[in-house]
Amino acid sequence: MPYDPELPSEAQFMTSSAHSSDAARAPVEIRAAGICKSFARHPALNDVSLDVRPGELLALLGPSGSGKTTLLRVIAGLEFPEDGQILFDETDVTFAAAAARGVGFVFQQYALFRHMTVAQNISFGLDVRKGGARPDKAERARRVEALLKLVELEGLGGRHPAQLSGGQRQRVALARALAVEPRVLLLDEPFGALDATVRKSLRRELRRIHDATGVTTVFVTHDQEEALELADRVAVMSRGQLEQVGTPAEVYAHPSSAFVAGFVGDANRFCGQMLHGRFTSGALSVSAPGVADGAAEAFIRPHHFEMATDDLSGDSVTARLERLVANGPYARLEARLTDGRIVDAIASHAQLGDLPPAGGEIVLKITGGHVFASA
Amino acid sequence: MAGFASTRPLGRVKRGEGWLRRSAIPGFGLTFGVTATVLSLVVLIPLSAVAARALTLSPDAFLKVAFSVRAVDAYWLSIWTSLIAASLNGVFGLAIAWALVRYRFPGKMALNAVVDLPFALPTAVAGIALATLYANTGLVGALLEKVGIKAAYNPVGIVIALTFVGVPFVVRTVEPILKDLAADVEEASASLGASRLQTLVRVVAPGLAPAWLTGFAMAFARGIGEYGSVIFIAGNMPYRSEIAPLLITIQLEQFDYGAASAIALVMLLISFAMLLVINATQAWMKRSRVR
Repeated sequence: MPYDPELPSEAQFMTSSAHSSDAARAPVEIRAAGICKSFARHPALNDVSLDVRPGELLALLGPSGSGKTTLLRVIAGLEFPEDGQILFDETDVTFAAAAARGVGFVFQQYALFRHMTVAQNISFGLDVRKGGARPDKAERARRVEALLKLVELEGLGGRHPAQLSGGQRQRVALARALAVEPRVLLLDEPFGALDATVRKSLRRELRRIHDATGVTTVFVTHDQEEALELADRVAVMSRGQLEQVGTPAEVYAHPSSAFVAGFVGDANRFCGQMLHGRFTSGALSVSAPGVADGAAEAFIRPHHFEMATDDLSGDSVTARLERLVANGPYARLEARLTDGRIVDAIASHAQLGDLPPAGGEIVLKITGGHVFASA
Repeated sequence: MAGFASTRPLGRVKRGEGWLRRSAIPGFGLTFGVTATVLSLVVLIPLSAVAARALTLSPDAFLKVAFSVRAVDAYWLSIWTSLIAASLNGVFGLAIAWALVRYRFPGKMALNAVVDLPFALPTAVAGIALATLYANTGLVGALLEKVGIKAAYNPVGIVIALTFVGVPFVVRTVEPILKDLAADVEEASASLGASRLQTLVRVVAPGLAPAWLTGFAMAFARGIGEYGSVIFIAGNMPYRSEIAPLLITIQLEQFDYGAASAIALVMLLISFAMLLVINATQAWMKRSRVR
């Protein structure tokens, strides 16, 4: 069947070629179990287990060197693990080649074939098929057209990659990966090399294409905003290990570790001491029931600092207003605590009238935060 | 800010016409001048002198010396041995470049240096070494003799010598391109279901072809003109293993400058024509991909 974005997703992925059974076309569940992989004895992945649900859009989020790209490449079959297993549904594909897995991979630098036109690039995966598995020429041309339409590059099939902008190249890379009707779509830092505006529009585009095709999709990013905005679920990685997997809301509201709290979303970080259920760091003191006594770290998001009015129950801290930036949906405050440290807080525009001029004293009520015993 | 107060006008830009239009990259006049001067002094004027000297012969005399049976045999020999040697270098040079770029192995630095040796070695030294090695009494020659191949004092020897002097060309032209050809392009090809062979033929080869062709052309041109290393191993039998540059030298030694320059002019035209064809092919390949 031609690749037509207007058809319901099930029908789009029905094909006359290699994957003829309906079962193979249903979204695939990816399971990585106990994956270990090291480069030159430096562990890149240390016993990582991750389930990607059928049809979901999952973000692998982490700083550089966290192992997220390695995990993606292991799932793709571009790297092979030293230990552990990769399952696509019930099939063990740990050591299967990328093509045999039915994986579409979008590379960070697009990796387009420079000597081919856009249409030739997209059709490459079909052109190299052998014998009966290869659709005839007219069919291939039709699919290329449908894909060009899907990624909104109609009419550019005759161009060479060098004649396209970065965003357009990325769309070609996406269309090329989709042309082979992959069971799993994997993207490595797909928007990394693009400027902010293009990045935003391509994000929405990827979401739309994912929803239209229903393919299980994993993308790697170091940009927490991108991960939270785009993904159904986010898997946060650090130093070769999985820190937390959850919906963006879960990961943001309930970080499971100090790393996640600090990496996902903005937070003020405090190092201090836990004693009898209270965390104290300089002028700041908040109740943190259930955290063991000893050294600890607290992460308090800007919105956890509220402008206190009359109600002074609970934890609060006095500070001096240093700076006020009111250019967004809410005003951002920089406030200096009595111990000299500066914290970020926010205030609604309605509260702006209550604020003293810069240098004036304010009381910030602490309505939340995350405290972790230091390892 | 006071820094912007200066209103001194900037130097005026001259506007030229046509291909002399101002370019943002300075130095066209200087570099083109140097190019023209050096090319004239070192290449064009000496070559024109060759042509001028050859054309002092009467047409009949020219045809007689330039297209004698012995001369024509020598041209053919020079051309086909150079083509074979360049082709061999095309294959092995590619393999060497591939090994140097793609793998890490002990002795890589040494191998890298060895590749350039044929550039540095006096060709006579190379010729004598090769002749000793490949003569039927030599280390390799004796082995080849056993399987019925005479590797010295015949055209086979010429091909060996020309292959030797041509080694660096393909290696050094292909190497940087191969380095540039990112591994992710090959991974992309493989992930799209292409076999290793399909990836090589459809993705890697088209990327390398222009550079490879340059290397091939340079190795071929070097082969056509090579003299020093060949004469020691060729046997230099007229009609059989006498290369055209040697024939020119022989004429010179007999003080027959007219005949020498006539043969040289024909060689020049043949080489020029073949290099032109190769360069045109390359330009066509580049145009068909639009950089």
